[in-house]
Amino acid sequence: MSEMIKMNGVQAINAAMVQAMEADAKVVVLGEDVGDREGGGVTGTMKGLSTRFGDHRVRSTPISEQAIMGAAIGAAMAGYKPVAEIMMMNFTTVAMDMIVNHAAKLRFMSGGQTSVPITIRTMTGAGWQTAGQHSDFLEGWFAHTAGIKVVAGSNPADLKGLLLSCIDDPDPCIFIEGGLTLFAPGEVSPDQGPIPLGKAKVVVPGTDVTIVSWSTQVLRCQMAMQGLAEAGISAELIDLRTISPWDRECVIESVAKTGRAMIVHEAVRSFGPGAEIAATINEELFGKLKKPVMRLGAPKCPVPFAKNLEDAYIVQPAAIVEAAKALMA
Amino acid sequence: MAELSNASRPDGKALVDIYRRMLRVERNDDAIRATLRRGRLQMPYYSARGQEVIPATISHLLNQDDQICTIYRGIQDMVAKDMPLKPLWAEIAGGVDGTCKGKGGPMHLTYPEMGIMVTTGIVGSSMPIANGLAWAAQMDNSKRVVVAYFGDGASNIGAFHEALNMASLWKLPVIFVCANNGFAEHTRYEDGTSVDQISKRAASYAMPGFTVDGNDTDDMYAHVSAAIARARDGEGPTLLECMTFRFLGHVLGDDDFYMDKAVKAAAMEADPLPALRARLIVEGHATEDELVALQAAIVAEIAEAQEFGLNSPAPSLDELRRDVFAQELPA
Repeated sequence: MSEMIKMNGVQAINAAMVQAMEADAKVVVLGEDVGDREGGGVTGTMKGLSTRFGDHRVRSTPISEQAIMGAAIGAAMAGYKPVAEIMMMNFTTVAMDMIVNHAAKLRFMSGGQTSVPITIRTMTGAGWQTAGQHSDFLEGWFAHTAGIKVVAGSNPADLKGLLLSCIDDPDPCIFIEGGLTLFAPGEVSPDQGPIPLGKAKVVVPGTDVTIVSWSTQVLRCQMAMQGLAEAGISAELIDLRTISPWDRECVIESVAKTGRAMIVHEAVRSFGPGAEIAATINEELFGKLKKPVMRLGAPKCPVPFAKNLEDAYIVQPAAIVEAAKALMA
Repeated sequence: MAELSNASRPDGKALVDIYRRMLRVERNDDAIRATLRRGRLQMPYYSARGQEVIPATISHLLNQDDQICTIYRGIQDMVAKDMPLKPLWAEIAGGVDGTCKGKGGPMHLTYPEMGIMVTTGIVGSSMPIANGLAWAAQMDNSKRVVVAYFGDGASNIGAFHEALNMASLWKLPVIFVCANNGFAEHTRYEDGTSVDQISKRAASYAMPGFTVDGNDTDDMYAHVSAAIARARDGEGPTLLECMTFRFLGHVLGDDDFYMDKAVKAAAMEADPLPALRARLIVEGHATEDELVALQAAIVAEIAEAQEFGLNSPAPSLDELRRDVFAQELPA
């Protein structure tokens, strides 16, 4: 096995892009500021690609989210594998018609005659004081839509492997880049290949409580691990990695063992993806649960600006420890 | 209407083919409406009666592998492009033999074999996707062109402006074809659109824009030929605003209370279909017998398709979960 390389999420995403574009000339990139003249993306995830693969394969676009998504959809229908960047997840709202009414539905509505193998890369997350229109986790909106896969890695190796799978997937995928996960360091094998979509990962094995999380909140759950250990709680942390379709088998197997479950996500708690997972656990394991399934998410308000409010908005490691204690009580 | 230098003109053969396509559209529309009235079809239906010259002329000038993205009033665009009628009828009847296995219906008819890539029920959404298909043609170094069909109402939605800007910037081989029938649903053109001609909007995007008589085969032929040539030669997109009139309202059953009765009567009096038929005879491009035979063949084709479609079995309930993704996934 080759030696592991230290890198952050930005570098891992870049490595995935280089690998995918070298392997397949049909992989093309479009989005605001993705070319090297514009800096290779606001966080540098696309750096070097236009220089290496040419401006015809890496196209900076006008600030036109509907046109970006439409161009990606049409090119995908004609045999390309476009990776379209919507700079911030909140900006997907400007292109919802293209994503939800077209990308996600064309295969079904055409009876399988056409397909839209696009990857939508988009960044988000609270904690940067970017307030109400640059921070939302909207994975629940897309997970509620038939025909689009929703993916969110939490560490560099998974970001690379999951992005490779999204690009090769025959259907549209939205690939969520949580701000924290872009800059957290990790180790990635140079041979890191695709990681199958729909497969969760047990990050930390445990016996008392199952914690299901994804993206940025996996990192905060990891920060809570010491506190949980100090409280004498053996927590099993599952990184869902794909929110839709999600790995029920992995989650149910774990909760069948622990009898206690909590879902931790950055999105607003009410009507959030945690509700779907909690309901499924209840359906599958009713009578075997030691406590009702717990959901931790943001309060139902827009992401606030003031630092103290923003800190309170995010489910912090301490709150995760407290919730686990309550489950054990 | 706008003049072109070196305008191409349709010869007799072209006119006969355009007439054939118009008649196929009109007879098919008539059959759909009759079947709806008899209660043997159930669907919202947006007739394009009166607008046939536009898709007939364009389809005559397109190649089979040229692609179109059209809208809910777009059955005419497919029939004019010679889509086979059996899978069309089975689809609008919700049958398993439909081109989309009965899962798309009239608003989402698709037939990639003939370049019919997308039919959208969302006003304005044909244009951004047409750009993507055209971008692919450009990357393929192909001579393929793409037509985005839409109505006058769609030029007021943001997607129109985003798509025209990008198409011009990237010199995409796309032709934006606006059928301006004077009404956005029930709203008069002048009550919804700030410019007196949609073609003027092309100037904002540094692309040629023309207002064309969409009921005149020669004017259409000249402008569409030029736009296709531009696109094939890598010179980029064109916006064609094709002036026409919608004889049967927004949706079937609409009583046109919002239309001026005299204007409507005059438009119907100037129906371009019988006018072209008369011209073919007068100019000697076809004989009465030939046109009678042409119509009989079209009517027979439609009757056969209708019979086939209305008798197509309903799709199995398994289809609910199929084609959501390439591989069937648990709900």
